Amino acid sequence: MKRVLETKEVSGSPNWLTTRFEELIKWVLQVTRVDKAVNWSRANSLWPMPFGTACCAIEFMATAASRFDFARFGMERQAFSPRQADVLICAGRLPFKLAPVIRRIYDQMPQPKWVISMGACASTGGIFDNYAMVQGIDTIVPVDVYVPGCPPRPEGLLYGVLLLHKKIKGESLLDPALRQEQPLDERGLRLPPETIDEISEPFGNSVHQFRSA
Amino acid sequence: MSNRTVELELATPGVDAAGNAVRVPLGVEPELAGEHMLVNLGPQHPATHGVLRLVVELDGETVVRVIPHLGYLHSGFEKLGEYRHYNQIIPLTDRTDYLSPMANNVGFALAAEKLMGIAITPRCTVLRLIACEMSRIISHMVWLGTTSIDLGAFTPFLWAFQERERIYNLQEMWTGARLTTSVTRLGGMMADVPDGFVEGLRHFTRTFPRTLSEIDRVLTRNAVWVGRTQGVGALTAAEAINYSLSGPMLRASGVSYDVRKDKPYLDYETYEFDVVVGEHGDVYDRYLVRLEECHQANRILAQALERLPAGPVNVADPRVILPPKSRAMNDMEAMIYHFKQVMEGVKAPVGEAYVGIENPKGELGNYLVSDGTAKPVRWRIRPPSFINLSALPKMAEGHLLSDLIAINASVDIVMGEVDR
Amino acid sequence: MNASVDALRATFSTAIGRAVESCGDTIVYVAVDRLRDVLSWLRDTPGQQYDYLVDVTAVEYRDRERPLEVVYQLRSLERRVDLRVKVELDPRGDLTVDSVVPLWRGANWLEREVYDMFGVTFRGHPDLRRILMWETYAEGYPLRKDFPLRGRFSRAEQVRQALTANPEAHYSMEELSIADGFAELPEDMKERLRRGERGKLPHSE
Repeated sequence: MKRVLETKEVSGSPNWLTTRFEELIKWVLQVTRVDKAVNWSRANSLWPMPFGTACCAIEFMATAASRFDFARFGMERQAFSPRQADVLICAGRLPFKLAPVIRRIYDQMPQPKWVISMGACASTGGIFDNYAMVQGIDTIVPVDVYVPGCPPRPEGLLYGVLLLHKKIKGESLLDPALRQEQPLDERGLRLPPETIDEISEPFGNSVHQFRSA
Repeated sequence: MSNRTVELELATPGVDAAGNAVRVPLGVEPELAGEHMLVNLGPQHPATHGVLRLVVELDGETVVRVIPHLGYLHSGFEKLGEYRHYNQIIPLTDRTDYLSPMANNVGFALAAEKLMGIAITPRCTVLRLIACEMSRIISHMVWLGTTSIDLGAFTPFLWAFQERERIYNLQEMWTGARLTTSVTRLGGMMADVPDGFVEGLRHFTRTFPRTLSEIDRVLTRNAVWVGRTQGVGALTAAEAINYSLSGPMLRASGVSYDVRKDKPYLDYETYEFDVVVGEHGDVYDRYLVRLEECHQANRILAQALERLPAGPVNVADPRVILPPKSRAMNDMEAMIYHFKQVMEGVKAPVGEAYVGIENPKGELGNYLVSDGTAKPVRWRIRPPSFINLSALPKMAEGHLLSDLIAINASVDIVMGEVDR
Repeated sequence: MNASVDALRATFSTAIGRAVESCGDTIVYVAVDRLRDVLSWLRDTPGQQYDYLVDVTAVEYRDRERPLEVVYQLRSLERRVDLRVKVELDPRGDLTVDSVVPLWRGANWLEREVYDMFGVTFRGHPDLRRILMWETYAEGYPLRKDFPLRGRFSRAEQVRQALTANPEAHYSMEELSIADGFAELPEDMKERLRRGERGKLPHSE
């Protein structure tokens, strides 16, 4: 205990008392593993908010059905009300008309909350690089796990859920940034416009896909 | 309090000079002089079968008016189709009606082949028919499962999805994908069926009726089911025709129109099956029609498996069908054909073609207009769910809110096709 | 060639343009101003009985000289016969056609979609609003050939327009005015509606 308290002592500094207090709390929490208990309970009872739009929603339903059954992984009850949900699973493509809806649903979820972007369309816009499609929901809501596939197999979605479990188990209660709400800025965007344009650019070098004839 | 009657002209902003709302004449005069409620259902809602938004004006529990809002899944398919070669559009068709993807693939391929004047091989014809009927079964199983959940019965959902998993196994065996199959190509199929497929499907046709009869036993004479579906959302035959309904919605209202019998494609006229026609046009009749259609689809599948002929599955036209890779790598001519098809696409002659097939939801039409290039000028999907859904206000007004859920479920919509 | 074409020419003479056959389907071109008469004749005359409207759509060609066609796919359930009727409009001019909703109720949403995607106005339509895009969509009419595939605005601008629309933009004026909805709206929303600024986005230039 003495060693820990000696490392950051800067006497005379205005913050030294709070720093030492934080060190003490961190040590206590490490020893009693509150973090681990909280993360374990959060990860193993993630109630999904299925924001199912298109084909991925059908694979999501198949994952919920008896063959693959994600209730084994703690997702026992699909919370159709965002107020009672932990993880928003965006399963399917997201057109611009639906964008304010998912943002509102995300804002209505209480902390702690996570987002799984299921499928290629939710992650990047998929094969729909056109006027109507949001090129990835991360332009609108912060995403924790991306599950690629068109649609991802149920095993793929389960793997994504397990990755989220791993991510949650690595979290710390003392990190305030994790549980902070990230509202939209005054322009109504989550990311700066240049970033949105950059991540929405078509990739690959096929110009044929934009040529009409 | 007096009844409120108001007028509205279109193309006004809805607000008059004094700043008061200019209202629409109500079709139903309110009996109670109380106020109505405006309730928003969706677009995120467990019972709207996708991202459908219903704005409902309620007088207590009675639906006075329902205004559906679509477009929450509009993906620009038809615009994308103008920028893709015909074979590149096949994967797009999977994603419109994602509950019965192989039927969409077949529908588009038939339209493109009609446009180009390509005749497919006998084996391909039977395989495409098998694909369509498999799709019919899986689509109706989703419908059955989700409708029972909406009306409170959870178990048929699990049974129905288990049957779907068996068909998914077969689809995966054939195409490599459970859901986004892209099974057809111009002039043929993506691949021939592998060993074990025919036996697997035969086993399915033998055991599937057992599940259907279990579901039948649980639902058909169930007092709750009958009480919630009989007499609800009825449409007469004349109304159904005037609303351009198709598929089980049309047949449940007593109109004996099935594209497979009346405008046959893929040799459907040589198969023995019944067209299932209802009587009252309510939700219960639609349920019975779809349940029986599963039996008929099973019957057709059994016949198709018996008559599956040997032979090539693709036409022997190298301008349309990609040569096998071994030849493309070794033979100059085959390499050139491969190059031209992949880089330039298959050019269609100038003209247009419309082909309608009997999708599980109704008549799925593909209207292709070509100007002689490899990419269509216009690809129009005639969406059965979109047109069937337009009758929802007519069916639901006057019923209770819980009936609205049952009626919405009975339309069997898939928003990917409604919004395209 | 469908026998209805001759019957049409006999009845309507100059209103019927050319008739072509493509891939086994019969297509007949009709003058825009006689469309409603021709279609109701086709629906109601015994012997024609095109009681089922299969589809209403529009086609714009890549060749700018060709007219924009509005296509009506008709079917007679009894006689099991199809007919395709087209009217031609000037793509650079006024795109207006009579609505056939009084004849077939199924045309309601189909015509709304043609309006949404092509900008064709249907005279006499009971409720002509956009159906697939949102009502205050500002980029134009997506299926026109001069509309680029990825839209006219940048992606950031499209996201911004989608996310910052006012709440009243998600409801039609009809919905806002029924069920006492209008009287109970927040004051600032009522103000915006009075000023006609329903589609105005905050922070727009």
